[in-house]
Amino acid sequence: MSNLLTVSPSPHTHGKETTRKLMLGVVIALLPALFASIFYFGYAAIIVTVTSVTSCILFEYLIQKLIFKKPLTINDGSALVTGMLLAFNLPSNLPVFIIVIGSFVSIAIAKMTFGGLGNNPFNPALVGRVFMLISFPVQMTSWPVPGGFGTGYTDAVTGATPLAIVKEGLKNGESISQLISQIPTPAQMFLGNTGGSMGEIAAIALLIGFIYLLVKKIITWHIPVSVIGSLALFTTILWLVNPEKNAGPMFHILAGGVLLGAIFMATDYVTSPMNPKAMIIYGCGIGILTVIIRVWGAYPEGVSFAILIMNAFVPLMNAYIKPKRFGEEVING
Amino acid sequence: MKTFPIGGIHPPENKLTSGIPIEYLPLPLSVSIPVSQHIGVPATVIVNKGDYVKTGQVIAEGQGFVTSNVHSSVSGKINKIDSVIDSTGYKQTAVFIDVEGDEWIDTIDRSPEIITEIKLSSEEIIKRCLESGIVGLGGATFPSHVKLTIPAGKRCDILIVNGVECEPYLTSDHRLMLERGEEILIGVSILMKALNVNSAIIGIENNKEDAVEHLTKLSSDFEGITVSPLKVKYPQGAEKQLIKALIDREVPSGHLPIDVNTVVHNVGTAFAVYEAIQKNKPLFERVVTITGKSVKKPGNFFVRTGTPVINLIEAAGGMPEDTGKIVSGGPLMGKSLYSADVPVVKGTSGIILFPRQDSERMEVKPCIRCAKCVAACALNLEPFLLMTLSEKGFFERAEKERITDCMECGSCSYICPSGRPLLDYIRLGKSTVIKMARQRVVKQ
Repeated sequence: MSNLLTVSPSPHTHGKETTRKLMLGVVIALLPALFASIFYFGYAAIIVTVTSVTSCILFEYLIQKLIFKKPLTINDGSALVTGMLLAFNLPSNLPVFIIVIGSFVSIAIAKMTFGGLGNNPFNPALVGRVFMLISFPVQMTSWPVPGGFGTGYTDAVTGATPLAIVKEGLKNGESISQLISQIPTPAQMFLGNTGGSMGEIAAIALLIGFIYLLVKKIITWHIPVSVIGSLALFTTILWLVNPEKNAGPMFHILAGGVLLGAIFMATDYVTSPMNPKAMIIYGCGIGILTVIIRVWGAYPEGVSFAILIMNAFVPLMNAYIKPKRFGEEVING
Repeated sequence: MKTFPIGGIHPPENKLTSGIPIEYLPLPLSVSIPVSQHIGVPATVIVNKGDYVKTGQVIAEGQGFVTSNVHSSVSGKINKIDSVIDSTGYKQTAVFIDVEGDEWIDTIDRSPEIITEIKLSSEEIIKRCLESGIVGLGGATFPSHVKLTIPAGKRCDILIVNGVECEPYLTSDHRLMLERGEEILIGVSILMKALNVNSAIIGIENNKEDAVEHLTKLSSDFEGITVSPLKVKYPQGAEKQLIKALIDREVPSGHLPIDVNTVVHNVGTAFAVYEAIQKNKPLFERVVTITGKSVKKPGNFFVRTGTPVINLIEAAGGMPEDTGKIVSGGPLMGKSLYSADVPVVKGTSGIILFPRQDSERMEVKPCIRCAKCVAACALNLEPFLLMTLSEKGFFERAEKERITDCMECGSCSYICPSGRPLLDYIRLGKSTVIKMARQRVVKQ
């Protein structure tokens, strides 16, 4: 025989799924939300996204090349996803230099210091976002009002988010029924016609992305459903106890970053648990912590903090919450 | 439609040969018949160099209980008794025979007539299986008489017959069910009699609708035999998964099917049992699928054991130019061969020739903790963890995480988007843990 044969242990075939394909799948799932944010916030959304994505990829490239001196990893698409998710968590009028600093924190500090893809304990995009929120509180909480494609960039008209309106109002002694006229209707929030982070506003676009992720089997239902379910349950209880002091579950799901967080941030492979049982506990933890921060905390929004806090529990959950093994139970008879 | 509940994957089926009838492969010029074609003690050679043997004659006898006889698959003169490297890559003793004609031992009934009536008693059936060298033909080659002998204190209430053939490419069981359906059903009845059970279920994946239909129609003449279609999912052909799918019993970790009162036999084995009991024909030939995307004439052949794989490849139109890997068995659990001169044995269900571009593994990337391996594992193990523990040498922990439960189906490595060698490391860990456990027993 002229040619040499490959001899290797089984399996001899592979599913052709690759990290890169999975990451590109997430990017595709994020596109509806990107289009929605361009639709509402105009070219500013493009500037923010492009800045964030390019700087994330650039920082990963530089670190891998100059510090690690290892083969480049930017082709795997993970920096692209981090960049997009970071942008989606920002107001569309954020100045470029802040975005670059945020990207640096996301990639250099939250991801590469731990060894790059697969090793970071905390969601890089959220670390970047929270860093910016604490360092640049003014810029990070001035939310442009949706104004169509022609909306300006840093000179956009700003207003409060529905969550901030409710938080402020309740603090000033107003009741939910008095505040209801100031906040957008559920239909408006569903379509995204409200103030907020670029990617979080349009529930419909995020849900389309969710369906895509499920159909393509990129993620499973466990985390998003348990986040949203536990949040809905908790807010329903609070609402039933005192409907004048607590907004209903519909408001809490549609306002702020719950959907973006539940579908795209909490499901980040690297920082979420690895078996269904643990995924559900993790998801419920995020849902409950979000409500606690929103209702009793200082910030109007708590999704980012809730996810980061639960990220910290993931190694523990992976170690102690085990799937029920096949043949584990003792049989009778 | 029924299937097993946990994990599983859906590899492309690639059943290129499902429509091609079984042919008889022309006899080779010489054969090399290994003495160990089964799990258990290798058989002891009882013939000498220069002896003339007939087709079907015992050439190596099993010693002990978990063992099997080996028969000559051809007639001719014994050229030498020497070592051969078999399909598993290990060296073992084999009997080399130069083929002269094809003279069968006269006890074999070579008439085409199908004999329905089962005359032998349960004990006689089990004894005949041992004498005829019957082993599990699904690939594991566990001696059938052992499985038919129910240990004291245990009982069996149902026989499960495995016609799943969940591995891609392979079609030998499929063709056998279509072409030798009646014989298989008689074989199943014989197995039922040996086990003293009244019912049997034949599980067949529904990508073989014709086989399901055919056997369902035939089974109306056989009391107690039902055919159950199964939803296509790998590894449904694994014993424990098949039992779970068909009768919803879960074999406990470290136990055998008999602990949930059932026994599983393959359809190919049922056919071999038919031939051994009704025709007095020992096991020296089997159906082998020869296939691959570049193979000119893929097909299914009755092949005598000991025939070099190259003969089969030649019958399929020769070795394609771009061949990069020869696999004996399915693409998920088969063994890659180091040479095409390896002999076909009782456990060879198929030979797959992979083009060079499909022969190499993916580049290994870091684990992204996507948990796809956990979701794919049919035993609900955590392959990523087992790999890391084996890699770092934490074998005690690996044992606690039930590394020895792994049946090496390969679903984890198949699904991994980072191309990580999960199963390779799990095998390493598994064998180390088994060794550790044995040493513990010795110390006590």
